[in-house]
Amino acid sequence: MIARVYVGLKPGVLDPQGRTIASSLNDLGYGEVLDAKQGKVIELTLKDGDPTEAEARVREMCETLLANTVIESYRIEIDD
Amino acid sequence: MTQTAVIVFPASNCDRDAAVALEQATGRAPHMIWHKETSLPDEVRLVVIPGGFSYGDYLRSGAIAANSPILRDVKEKAGRGLPVAGICNGFQILTEAGLLPGALMRNANRKFVCRVSRLRLANAQTRFTKHYDPGNEIDIPVAHHDGNYFADDETLRQLEGNGQVVFRYSQNPNGSRNDIAGIVNAAGNVLGMMPHPERAIDPLHGGTDGRLLFKSILESL
Repeated sequence: MIARVYVGLKPGVLDPQGRTIASSLNDLGYGEVLDAKQGKVIELTLKDGDPTEAEARVREMCETLLANTVIESYRIEIDD
Repeated sequence: MTQTAVIVFPASNCDRDAAVALEQATGRAPHMIWHKETSLPDEVRLVVIPGGFSYGDYLRSGAIAANSPILRDVKEKAGRGLPVAGICNGFQILTEAGLLPGALMRNANRKFVCRVSRLRLANAQTRFTKHYDPGNEIDIPVAHHDGNYFADDETLRQLEGNGQVVFRYSQNPNGSRNDIAGIVNAAGNVLGMMPHPERAIDPLHGGTDGRLLFKSILESL
């Protein structure tokens, strides 16, 4: 089973890396890019089991380690 | 002579400078404690979590170190009043471990900043700053890429209201909210700061403004 965790900065938190990416794209001629946000994807390979239980445990993993919930939010996808 | 300790993680690199500062201040070499140990020796009266790039800053600075076995014991003892000082990566580890509020983010100007920073004493009554004159600014080096202190409005209100902000930058090098360079927890025994006081303890460093911090906390024991 694969669990995919998307971690990103919460709205309102400064994202200088995102801004830099947007500026660079603008410099390359992509003027239509108004903003960019850079996040992370963490892909976990899990032993097979109940997907609901897996998601609950992955949620714990997010709260404890994978995301800093002071400044980040996360989204979980389970592929079973 | 007081026994102190420095926690060492893989890729901590300011642990030895911290040890020099502690030995200078106490007359006794600190215990250097590997992160995999599960408890601090009972005689330890002050713990320093040093600067560096623990775990290569993988995932987030300090995130993995915050889950080290030794941190469990540090948290428990800090909860019972043991003084802890987290410097730079140590500050990041303390916020990740939940011992201090807020978070340290990528510097707003995206650059690694490495220079002497002038700090104001926001609270010269804490156990770590009692010997400083609140009217004087001090010079302490900074060297970090992720020192931008963030806390939400409510947390900031509490920090300011409780006098938990200890140092402020006179010229903010990283975008930290309210120019915050260092804070203490509500109980006043856990300090986190981005600047490196252990790099300002010897005339050869170019300044000795860091000495009074170690003197203050040690005299408070």
